[in-house]
Amino acid sequence: MQPGAFPLPQPAKPGAPSRLIVGRRGRLITAATCALPALIPLVIVVGAIFLPAWDIWRHLVRYVLPDVVSNTLMLVLGVGAGTFVIGTSLAWLVTVYEFPGRRLFSWALMLPMAVPGYVLGFVAIGFFEYSGPFQTMLRAWFDGGVNVPAFRSYLGIVAVMTLTLYPYVFLIARAAFATQGQRALEVAQSAGYTRTQAFFSVALPMARPWLAGAVLLVVMETLADFGTVSVFNYDTFTTAIYKAWYSLFSIRSALQLASVLLLFVLVVVLLERKLRAGARYTAAGSVRRRRRIRVTGVGRWLAPMAPFLVILAGFILPALQLAVWASAHGADLDQRYLGYVGRTLFLAGIGAAMITAVAAVLSYAIRGDNRKSVNIFARIATMGYALPGAVLAVGIFVPLALLNNFLQDLLNSVMGSSAPQLMIQLSLLTLLMAYLARFLAVAFNPVDNNMHRITRSVDEAAYGLGVTGTALLHRVHFPILRAGLWTAMTLTFVDLMKELPITLMTRPFGWETLAVRVFEMTSEGEWQRAALPAIAIVATGLIPIAIMAGKVDRAAAT
Amino acid sequence: MSADQSTILRALCSVVLMSVVMLTAGCAQKGDGLVVYSARNEPLIRPLFDRYTAETGIEITYVTDSAESLMQRLAAEDKNTPADVLLTVDAGNLWFAASNNLLATIESDVLEANIPAHLKDPDNRWFGMSVRARSIVYNLNAVDPAELVDYAGLGDEKWRGRLCLRTSKKVYNQSLVAMLIAQYGEPATEAIVSAWVDNLATDVFANDTLVLRAIAAGQCDVGIVNSYYLGRLLKKEPDSPLKLFWPAAGTGGVHVNISGAAVTRHAKHEQEAVKFLEWLSSGTAQEMFAGSNLEFPAHPGIAADPLVASWGQFSPSELNLAQAGELQADAVRLMDRAGYH
Repeated sequence: MQPGAFPLPQPAKPGAPSRLIVGRRGRLITAATCALPALIPLVIVVGAIFLPAWDIWRHLVRYVLPDVVSNTLMLVLGVGAGTFVIGTSLAWLVTVYEFPGRRLFSWALMLPMAVPGYVLGFVAIGFFEYSGPFQTMLRAWFDGGVNVPAFRSYLGIVAVMTLTLYPYVFLIARAAFATQGQRALEVAQSAGYTRTQAFFSVALPMARPWLAGAVLLVVMETLADFGTVSVFNYDTFTTAIYKAWYSLFSIRSALQLASVLLLFVLVVVLLERKLRAGARYTAAGSVRRRRRIRVTGVGRWLAPMAPFLVILAGFILPALQLAVWASAHGADLDQRYLGYVGRTLFLAGIGAAMITAVAAVLSYAIRGDNRKSVNIFARIATMGYALPGAVLAVGIFVPLALLNNFLQDLLNSVMGSSAPQLMIQLSLLTLLMAYLARFLAVAFNPVDNNMHRITRSVDEAAYGLGVTGTALLHRVHFPILRAGLWTAMTLTFVDLMKELPITLMTRPFGWETLAVRVFEMTSEGEWQRAALPAIAIVATGLIPIAIMAGKVDRAAAT
Repeated sequence: MSADQSTILRALCSVVLMSVVMLTAGCAQKGDGLVVYSARNEPLIRPLFDRYTAETGIEITYVTDSAESLMQRLAAEDKNTPADVLLTVDAGNLWFAASNNLLATIESDVLEANIPAHLKDPDNRWFGMSVRARSIVYNLNAVDPAELVDYAGLGDEKWRGRLCLRTSKKVYNQSLVAMLIAQYGEPATEAIVSAWVDNLATDVFANDTLVLRAIAAGQCDVGIVNSYYLGRLLKKEPDSPLKLFWPAAGTGGVHVNISGAAVTRHAKHEQEAVKFLEWLSSGTAQEMFAGSNLEFPAHPGIAADPLVASWGQFSPSELNLAQAGELQADAVRLMDRAGYH
C-alpha cells in the first residue's frame, strides 16, 4: 500500500492522540497482521469456489437447501430475538434497580454460558421427551396421557439456544447500561419521561451499537453451531456443510457451502455497520454514580423472580441433572482429571488473554482511521466466528501442514538424515492461532465499543493537562477500556473452555482437555457418561467467571 | 516512536514470544514407539494400548478425533505424518481412506487367517477388528416376533405409526441403506426408505439410545439400532421390555459394520504397525476390543461377551463392507430424496 493512497479525512497532527500506533502504513500492517489467522481459512474456504462440484450442488439445491435455508433464517431470527429480549431486559434490571439478590444475579446470570448448548439440549430433550420423566409423570397422573407438544421442535431449540447464548447480550448490555444507563435516566427524567419511556426512547437507542454488536455475535454463533442443532436433528446450513463433507465425502462442496454462509454473514455485518453509522458514542467522562432505584412492595419479591427462573432453567436444573448422571459414573474420576482441568484453564486463560490483547491492538489500529483497507481487515479478522469450527480447523490445519512439509523438505535437504522432525501443525501456536481466527470477534466487539468512547475530546482534554504517552494509556484509556477488556476476557474464556473441533484437530499429542473428554464419551453415544467432564467444565468455569464478572462490575463502576 | 507505541508493541511482542516458546514444545516428539490416529474413542482403545505396551514394551502415542478430520490430517501431512496406524469405526471411512491412497497395503498371513474376507478390504488395506450388528429391536409387550421379517419389512403398512428411527445423518444408517442398495438396487431401496418414513411414529432421533427409550416407553414399537446400545441399556436396566430380532440369512441377513484398523501409507514404523494389527486380531486383544463396547469380535474363533452371546447366533450379511463405502454417497442422496432426514 502506497502511503497517501487514501486521503485521510481528518489529517492528524504528528503525535496526535488518535495515532497510538504510528503512521498510516503501520496501522494497515497491524490490522493486516491481526487478520492473518482468520484470512488463511477464509481464503481456503472461498478458494473452493473455483473447484466446482456441480453434481453435488444439483442434489443439494433440489433436496437439501430449500429446507435448510428457511430453517436457518428462522433459527437466527428466533434466537436473535430471544437473546435480545432476555439479555437486554435482565441487564437493565440489574443495573438500574436495587432488589434482594441483585449483586448475586448480576454475575450469576452469566453462568448458563458455561453450559455447552449441546449439553443443555441433550439434558432438556432427555427430560421432556415422551420417554423422559416429565411426560412419564403426566401419563401416570392422567389416564390416557396428555397431549404435550414435542420438545424436539423449533421452539425447543430456540429456547435452548437462547438460554445458552443470552449471556453475550446480557454481559455487553450490562456494560453499556452501567456506563450510560444512569445518564440516560437523568436525561429522560429531566425531559419528563417515565422510567419505561426512558428505557425505550433513551437507554435503548443509546446502547444500540453495543446491543447490535452483541446480537450479531449471537447470530454468528448460531449460524456456526453444529452441536446443538445435531442434538435436535434440526437441519441448518451448517448441518448441510457437514453432510457434504462427512456423508457425501465432498469437502470441496462443503467449503463452497461455507462460502455462501460467509456471504450471508457479510451482509448481516454490513447491515450492522449501517445501523451503527448513525450512532453517536458518548464520551466517557465522570459518570456521577447515582443510586439504583430501590424496588418496593410486591415488586421487591417479583423482581428477583425473572433472573432466578432464567438461571434455574439455564444452569441450576441442567447442572443438577449432570451431577446425578456424573455420580453414576464416579469411577471415571481419576487423577488424570487434574491434568484435564489444568490444560483447560491454561488454554482458555492464555487464549483469552491473547485474543483480548489482539482485539485491543486491532481496535487501536483502526481507531479514527476511515480508510477502507484498514476497516476491511478488521472485518476479515472477525469473520472466523461465523465459520463452523471443524471447517475453520481444517482451513488452518491443512495450509500449516503443507508449510510444515515444505520446511521439512528444506531442512532435510540441508541437514540430511539428522534433520529434526517438525510438527508445526500440531503445536500450541497453531492451536492458539486457530482460536484467534475463530474468537477474535467475541473479544473485538466489547473492546471496540469501549474504544469508541475514548473520543477525540477525551484525548484532547488529557493532552491539555499534559498527560501523554504511557501515562495517557494507563491513566486515561485503560480505565475507560477496562470494562470492555474484562468483558472480552470473560466471553472468550468461556467460549474457549467449551471449544471442541479446533482443539480436537490441532492439539499437540497428549493435550487432552475437559471438552475433549466430553467428545470421547459422546462420540459413542455415551451421553450420561459425558456428564462428568461436562460438569467439570461448568465447575472449572465458575470461579474465573465470578472473578472476571467482578472486574467488569468494578470497571463499569469507575 | 512515542512511549504509547512502545507499550503496545511490547505487549504484542511478549505475546508473540510466548507463543514461539510453546511452538518448540509442540515440536518435541519422541521418535520411537507407535503413533495411532484413532476415531474410536479413548476409553475403548486405551486399555488395549496399555496392555500392548505391557506385553511388548512398545510405547503407543495416540490422538483421537472424528474420522473425517483424521483423514484430512493424513492427507495434508502426507509423507511427514507422525501416524503409523489409523483406527476408525465404520467401513465407509476406511474405504474413503483407502480410495484416497492414505493407507498401506498389508501383507500378513496372521491377519488373513484371523479376519473373515467380508470384514476386510479386498486389497488388504484395512481389516475389521470388531463387528457391530445393526439390527431390529422391538418391544416385547407390543410386537409378536413372528410379525418381523427384515429391514425392508419395516416398510409394511402394519408398522404405520409404530416405527422409530435415528437420523439419516448418522453413518450407521447410511451404510445400512448402502447395503440395501447393494442387495435390492436403487429404485427398490428408495421405495423401502420412503415406506419407513411413512411409518415413523415421531421425528427421527439424534441417537440410538433415544430410539431404544422411545420403544421401551411405548412411543413406538420397533426400530433399528446397533446391538451394543441395547447391551449398554440392558446392563443398566435388565428388566427393559426390549429384544433384538435378527433378520434371517434367506432375507439377506443382519447388516454388520466394523470398527477397523489400517496402517498409514507413510508409516515410519510399518513393521511394528503390522505386528500391532496382528496382535489386535487375535486372542485376548480381540476379547477386549469387542467386549469393552459389547460388540462382536471380528475373529470368528473368539467368544463374545456373555450378554451379547445370550442374544443367540445370527447370520451376518456377507456382502463385502467396502461396498458400504462405495455406495454411501448414493445412499445419502437416496435418503434425502425419500425425505428421511
